[in-house]
Amino acid sequence: MPRMTMIEAIRDAHAVKMEEDDNVVVYGEDVGYFGGVFRCTAGLQERFGKNRCFDAPINESGIVGTAIGMAAYGLRPVVEMQFADYVYPAYDQIVSEAARLRYRSANDFTAPLVVRMPTGGGIFGGQTHSQSPEALFTHVSGLKTVVPSNPYDAKGLLIAAIEDNDPVIFLEPKRLYNGPFDGHHDKPITPWSKHPLGEGPEGRYIVPLGQGVVRREGSAVTVLAYGTMVHVAEEAARMTEVDAEIIDLRTLVPLDLELIEASVKKTGRCVVVHEATMTSGFG
Amino acid sequence: MADDRPLSLHVPEPEVRPGGTPDFSGVKIPKAGSVRRPPVDVDPAEIRDLAYSIIRVLNRNGEATGEWAGTLDDEAVLAGLKTMMRVRAFDRRMLMAQRQGKTSFYMQCLGEEAIACAFRKALGPGDMNFPTYRQQGLLIADDYPLVDMMCQIYSNRRDPLKGRQLPIMYSSKQHGFFSISGNLATQFVQAVGWAMASAIKGDTKIAAAWIGDGSTAESDFHSALVFASTYKAPVVLNIVNNQWAISTYQGIARGGSGTFAARGLGFGIPSLRVDGNDYLAVHAASKWAVERARKNLGPTLIEWVTYRAAAHSTSDDPSAYRPKEETDAWPLGDPVKRLKNHLIVREAWSEERHVQAEAGIDAEILAAQKEAEAHGTLHTGPKPSVRDMFEDVYEEMPPHLRRQRQQAGY
Repeated sequence: MPRMTMIEAIRDAHAVKMEEDDNVVVYGEDVGYFGGVFRCTAGLQERFGKNRCFDAPINESGIVGTAIGMAAYGLRPVVEMQFADYVYPAYDQIVSEAARLRYRSANDFTAPLVVRMPTGGGIFGGQTHSQSPEALFTHVSGLKTVVPSNPYDAKGLLIAAIEDNDPVIFLEPKRLYNGPFDGHHDKPITPWSKHPLGEGPEGRYIVPLGQGVVRREGSAVTVLAYGTMVHVAEEAARMTEVDAEIIDLRTLVPLDLELIEASVKKTGRCVVVHEATMTSGFG
Repeated sequence: MADDRPLSLHVPEPEVRPGGTPDFSGVKIPKAGSVRRPPVDVDPAEIRDLAYSIIRVLNRNGEATGEWAGTLDDEAVLAGLKTMMRVRAFDRRMLMAQRQGKTSFYMQCLGEEAIACAFRKALGPGDMNFPTYRQQGLLIADDYPLVDMMCQIYSNRRDPLKGRQLPIMYSSKQHGFFSISGNLATQFVQAVGWAMASAIKGDTKIAAAWIGDGSTAESDFHSALVFASTYKAPVVLNIVNNQWAISTYQGIARGGSGTFAARGLGFGIPSLRVDGNDYLAVHAASKWAVERARKNLGPTLIEWVTYRAAAHSTSDDPSAYRPKEETDAWPLGDPVKRLKNHLIVREAWSEERHVQAEAGIDAEILAAQKEAEAHGTLHTGPKPSVRDMFEDVYEEMPPHLRRQRQQAGY
């Protein structure tokens, strides 16, 4: 199986679906010719043409708003917010429109679109390049919210998100783009090529939405985490030698309640870890 | 600087408030037939003046004049008149139904019937409108069943939207009528996206976006113009300027801009300003814009100049913010009366036939109402199932909603 970084995994997921389905279109700020500020769409415009992958004006509401219109027509838009911190101008379109379209029209119109956005901190991004706004989306009925923690999942989840017939918020922890990160800024960064989840099959495969996964089996405590915090939890378990069962939620809505319940019943304790602020956070 | 005088805030005010005499002398109305009709592939820079004038066909004598006249034969004009009459009669009955407590809410389009009704006739099969809540004429002109509209208004057992939506927030893909949202202006940019999708697929369908004068102040109005301009999307961007956004007069949204149509010019979008109470002008301008879109010449922006003759909604009382006589003083008159007079001048209609037609339409609306009410009204009769309340949030019901439905006893 080929090795890949999370960036390459995301790029490949796009390419697989664009190859398979003419209705998949990709756009956002700097996404076209340049291939994205994080390189997640590099080469797609050259390969699939400007009709399928193109640059957009700096207008998040416009990007998501047009995507809803495209989805209502029958396309499957995959759009990018350059940073999750800049999704707020599009919030009305996401919450009032994409999330509610199927419900309010009684299935007459639907919005099968994916809104990708780099999220999370740990990169010295400051106020507006580090936020984790997932709770703003998990609170909204009609949206699915996904956060991968490794390249294998990133590709499989993104393909599943593109194939899903409901709007999906796809948060990509940018701290994990080039390698896993366990919270130790003092240690050299290991690349994904040295990590077992830094590889995946070529072509199409999916990681189903709504399914978490046990990353480390344990009996003392259940740790619920997602994104970068999965790696931080793994490292913390190693350092403390606590026999923690670490669950990578992967999809926040719909949440894998069965997996969580089974684990907590077994361990009798639970710790929730996320980067986002605590009060009214997803935890 | 010591000699600087204190700044002051400018807050626009309408010419007249309740108790005053209506004054529309500021509304410059050119003679019918005086505005030229450019070819559809005109360079936008050459028709900038059309954003500051008003395209009109019907003159005071009810005659059709000028280069925009002649797009419809007698039969089509008569059909247009009857459609407007149906819309008005429908509004009247539903207003009454709300007063009788049969529904919670209603919004009339009194005085604005020509715009949606004539525009619909300029579209082709498969084209998609992204309407606001005041374009019911689009549905009625496309022969959407009146009973279904009423069932939606009553939120009854036969409500196509299963009681989930506020009355009048219709949806019909089949009739090219996008699901209405309560959030203003959101649909304006969605229409552009739909049009972009049609272009991406090499289709021949076009989109029509709708917005009111007040909502042009929303940021999605700006977004729509940027995207339509950038990608030359096959879309007609309709602004219905009925002078009022609830209690707020159009100057608050328009500000220093000469007209709403002029907003399009900065985006390089050809922009027309049209007499919205002139069915023939509406049809001709719509046809022009639709043809431009269909020929891949890009978007057109149209400001329809009209007047919101009725209250904003059944929850509104306009006498609190504008003179009661203002409707009658509106210089562009009433679209139904103007088209009726035109047909009489054309010798294709008469007062007697009009009265007869009116009675026939009233009977038709009443029959539809009776049928709709047999399926229930807001407070009486059968209702959509509570079980349905959890459906369609997602394509497949996730476990947490299944659990909530069970907890609700369904």
